[in-house]
Amino acid sequence: MKYLLTLLLGIVSGAFVAIGLLYFNPLTSESRISPLSVSDSQQLSLGFSAVAGDAIIYTNDGESRVPPYPERVLQLWEASIRDTDAMVTMLRNGRNETAGIGVKFSSPSESTRLLNGEVLEHSVWYVYLPGQGTMLIEQTENHWNFLREIVVPAHWNSGDSWRGNWNGTITSGPGALGTGWVHGGSGVFRDLESEAIEMLKATAYSAETGPVAVDGQIIVDLPARNAALNEP
Amino acid sequence: MIKAYISGMVLGVVAVITALYFVPAVDLSREASIISVTPNGGNSEVFHVNVPMDRIMIGAAGMENPVPEGMRWPDEALLAGTRAELFKLRNSRDTVVGVASRFAARDAELGDVVEWVLHLPARGSVYAKMSAAPTNGGRVGRLRAGTREFGDLLGNISERWIADDSPNATTGTGKIELVTRFVSTQVDDDDFETEPGP
Repeated sequence: MKYLLTLLLGIVSGAFVAIGLLYFNPLTSESRISPLSVSDSQQLSLGFSAVAGDAIIYTNDGESRVPPYPERVLQLWEASIRDTDAMVTMLRNGRNETAGIGVKFSSPSESTRLLNGEVLEHSVWYVYLPGQGTMLIEQTENHWNFLREIVVPAHWNSGDSWRGNWNGTITSGPGALGTGWVHGGSGVFRDLESEAIEMLKATAYSAETGPVAVDGQIIVDLPARNAALNEP
Repeated sequence: MIKAYISGMVLGVVAVITALYFVPAVDLSREASIISVTPNGGNSEVFHVNVPMDRIMIGAAGMENPVPEGMRWPDEALLAGTRAELFKLRNSRDTVVGVASRFAARDAELGDVVEWVLHLPARGSVYAKMSAAPTNGGRVGRLRAGTREFGDLLGNISERWIADDSPNATTGTGKIELVTRFVSTQVDDDDFETEPGP
């Protein structure tokens, strides 16, 4: 009997060791340098708040950590969209002026592989910049670093919160260099095919209600014909 | 005793790694696609939105009763001519299969813009540009871009408002029907006649 108990204790210890190895594995950390930082092209920067309560609307299945906003918004409880988040938010340009409006749909990806440090989501941004144009940004996002460095420490903290200064790129594809793809629609973006990334800057997170102070930034690489957009 | 403990540890490590390798962390719910093959080799799919039941959001400047209740549409002159809507999207069996956004804007620089994004979590997304002017009670448009399953497609999409004319129906109830007609880019473009779009 005592051998069986020892074996069980060993199995539990082994499971914790495996989870620990996975969690602390330095090989699964992604580079925080933007792949677009080495681009020669000009870039369009669009900022937004990643806090649900700052959005025009934010909705999910209503049972997730982040509560829908406003309270009476329709929830996505049906089986096929239960894991999907939808957000409509204001977008600001590099001078912190209102630039337009963005809609983001995101759903978890079945390509998620925790062993490889991949917590993946497929997302699309629809961006409308009045007077400029429209575009769709297609991304695969990897939230592993965000989970590992913010969400898990927030749960470990006795105050159920995390405070600090975290900057990271969450875009990990589908472009070969870890960039998302941009498909221009109207205006100056008409027929544009380019690349983009989404970055997050977090300073506060609650284990109970999700992001408290998290700003997002979309950076779109602009080929020469669109470069004038970002000039003052 | 120590051998049992070490054997247990190894078993524990192997069990966790095996579970993480073989058990999918994400298993999305899928509805069978209801696709019909068109004579030209493409395929067609019909989606719809029940209004007002599936409307998640409608925002526009000066709107007295925005949806959802409590939403604050930004009071920005920049968005004066913009109407943004979010919906749940249903297939022809009336089952919710995704979410969709529709933007309609009267823009001094861009002219009239009407665009849809359909997001079907297990399949991908569709970005469609619609014609500015309605024709035959609806609009036609073209697939500007698709992601994942829709990534290698080209084709048309049409939208049509079908009012609910049952005796108990109230004003503004009905459905928006969206019909997609896509063909793979692997097919010779000449075989696929696209309807005029924007």
